Amino acid sequence: MRNSKVVSLEEAIKRSGLQNGMTVSFHHHFRGGDKVVNLVMDCLAQMGFKDLKLAASSLSDVHKPLIEHIKNGVITGISTSGLRGELADAISHGLMKEPVVFRSHGGRGSAIASGELKIDVAFLGASACDELGNACGVPRSEHAKSICGSLGYALPDARYAKHVVVITDDLVPYPNMPQSISAADVESVVVVDSVGDSSKIAAGAIRDSKNPRDILLAKQAAKVIINSGYFEDGFSIQTGTGGASLAAVKYIREEMLKRNIKASFALGGITAHMVKLHEEGLIGKLIDVQSFDKVAAESIARDPLHQEVSAVEYASGQHLGSATHALDIVILSALEVDVHFNVNVLVGSDGIIRGAIGGHQDTAADSALSIIVCPLLRGRIPCVVPKVTTLITPGKSVDVVVTEYGIAVNPLRPEIAERLKASGLKLVDIEELARKATSIIGMPDSLPFGDRVVGVVMNRDGSVLDKIYNIR
Amino acid sequence: MMFVPGNNPGMMADAHIYGPDSIMLDLEDSVTMAEKDAARLLVYNALKSIDYGNTEMVVRINPLNTPYGKKDVEAVVKAGVDVIRMPKTETADEVRELEAEILKVETEIGRVGETRIMAAIESALGIVNAYQIATASERMMGIALGAEDYSANLKTNRTPGGAELLLAREQIVVAARAAGIACFDTVYSNLDDMETFRKEVELIKTLGFDGKSIINPRQIEVVNSVFTPTEKEITKARAVVAAIKEAQAKGSGVISLNGKMVDRPVVLRAERTIALAVAAGVIDKEEEL
Repeated sequence: MRNSKVVSLEEAIKRSGLQNGMTVSFHHHFRGGDKVVNLVMDCLAQMGFKDLKLAASSLSDVHKPLIEHIKNGVITGISTSGLRGELADAISHGLMKEPVVFRSHGGRGSAIASGELKIDVAFLGASACDELGNACGVPRSEHAKSICGSLGYALPDARYAKHVVVITDDLVPYPNMPQSISAADVESVVVVDSVGDSSKIAAGAIRDSKNPRDILLAKQAAKVIINSGYFEDGFSIQTGTGGASLAAVKYIREEMLKRNIKASFALGGITAHMVKLHEEGLIGKLIDVQSFDKVAAESIARDPLHQEVSAVEYASGQHLGSATHALDIVILSALEVDVHFNVNVLVGSDGIIRGAIGGHQDTAADSALSIIVCPLLRGRIPCVVPKVTTLITPGKSVDVVVTEYGIAVNPLRPEIAERLKASGLKLVDIEELARKATSIIGMPDSLPFGDRVVGVVMNRDGSVLDKIYNIR
Repeated sequence: MMFVPGNNPGMMADAHIYGPDSIMLDLEDSVTMAEKDAARLLVYNALKSIDYGNTEMVVRINPLNTPYGKKDVEAVVKAGVDVIRMPKTETADEVRELEAEILKVETEIGRVGETRIMAAIESALGIVNAYQIATASERMMGIALGAEDYSANLKTNRTPGGAELLLAREQIVVAARAAGIACFDTVYSNLDDMETFRKEVELIKTLGFDGKSIINPRQIEVVNSVFTPTEKEITKARAVVAAIKEAQAKGSGVISLNGKMVDRPVVLRAERTIALAVAAGVIDKEEEL
């Protein structure tokens, strides 16, 4: 084709004008199966780049090879939504000189749009792309090797980065339309063997949790939703992927059928559960920033009522048109909740980073009703505590906490407490939950934090919420 | 009554959050020989330190003729257990032997008469002696069927319909009623077949059992839904109770409802329905007083 943008990865990097000290970006739609970050960073290291800033939408266990690049000075700065596995462990112990900057998905979108987070070169994996750069996360030929569905977190990068390289494992004939990433934003296209292992996005089939604790939590969360005052025809909802969250969807579905209530939309990471409700006619539209499993990824490829949105359209606090502003109900998880309803989803009770902010801050702040579902105890670890190890979502945006030992409503939302009480649900004081946890487990020793800041937690408005210190 | 292995601290720590009426911490069959002492210590500490709220706490001890039985009694009585469940009970003498052991420990700690006994009947001989077992001690609060050992003893297998258990179940209900104590049915262990489980619970409710033993919190909802009186049953029972109150107010010995005389069994059944509904939390206690 005339004007083909297809080049080798090295050539694409050379053409990008990338210099030491610049910022490269990636998305995490292939989740645990991602191959793009490691592939590109290895290439950059081989080409001799140093002092690069890595702006990923998130990083996980699979990105362990970055440890060597950090040690060798190839990477000197990271911003991400989360960190897991050995990389997270090494960073928590002080691997990097410069603290990692953690942003929510909406916060990252806003920061890119406002220019606060400047991206020099974006390397964006895609399941299909044509020679001019029209790219998407769904298969478009019989040679397709991968599928990730929505490319929502890559869209701000595609739009605002100075230079965009699409990396694909299936080069398809022009025009690859409808496209997620437009050729107008793309400078180079690189073809590789594999961009990601789709089987590691998540399992394909729906499996209902048989864990009795998850079921108990799910039933309680569903009761909260049903009696909250927000469960009426046309409501909207977002849930996470945890066992309890998914099981709650099952009970909410039963009640929707019973009362003949339909939801207008479901938002967020879209799961097979949500696709099923949508296909049954119980949810009007699916607004998808990230497809959590294969069923969701396949649905977005064929269903016009299942729509992709960018991280900005999903959850930006600065853009009032973002979907979270229209969201009624969100079910969220937590590593820790404290007696002021503050939530931590990032740092474990051992002081080691082991999670991601995701859309937690964004959806909690903007939704009409935010429900945190978490067990009071995970083995010998208390999850309702006097003070969170790290502040991720401020308590003022958290409305209800559901544990297996009781439901607590934020005193800022007395009307919700009244409605729940009127429906016969028994409420407890959150202080009482924390006391209960301590009475069973005892008061844990304080963590051996050092005095070096290894992470900075940003609020979605760009202010600093908290700092994470190195753990000894 | 939910069975919880006595060697699993995770399960013991929060078994009550699922809302079973009683929890049976097991020191017998779910604990291997090598772990008997450790499990006893765990169960002791669980009873001493965990706030199980209003849940009735039962511990299944090892038989007294094993090296563990008496140590089990000592530990759990000292920990303040509500009920000791005696496994594989065959004769009234065995109950009396346990009673003596309990009394010894209770006397030592100055808590005489607080520990009750439940006997599990798990053999043909036990079924034959069911009434003698049920009346062997003032402490007897109930008898229960243990179907696995019983059907092995009968030289048969367990079947979904439970034909092999029919006589034993009826015998246990009759013996318990004659003795004025409670009776509990055996466990159903296929967690993936909730339909057959429900049918079994409906059957044993019809036979007259007070409750069912369960092995997983997921079974609680089914048992409660079968045993909780329906709205229709509650309405009818309330009408009967109202008629009694009216008759009492008039000083009349004859109770009539809708022009018909109400027999004593009808009154008893109505009172039991209300009690069950209160216990299940579908109606308020205050409301009925």
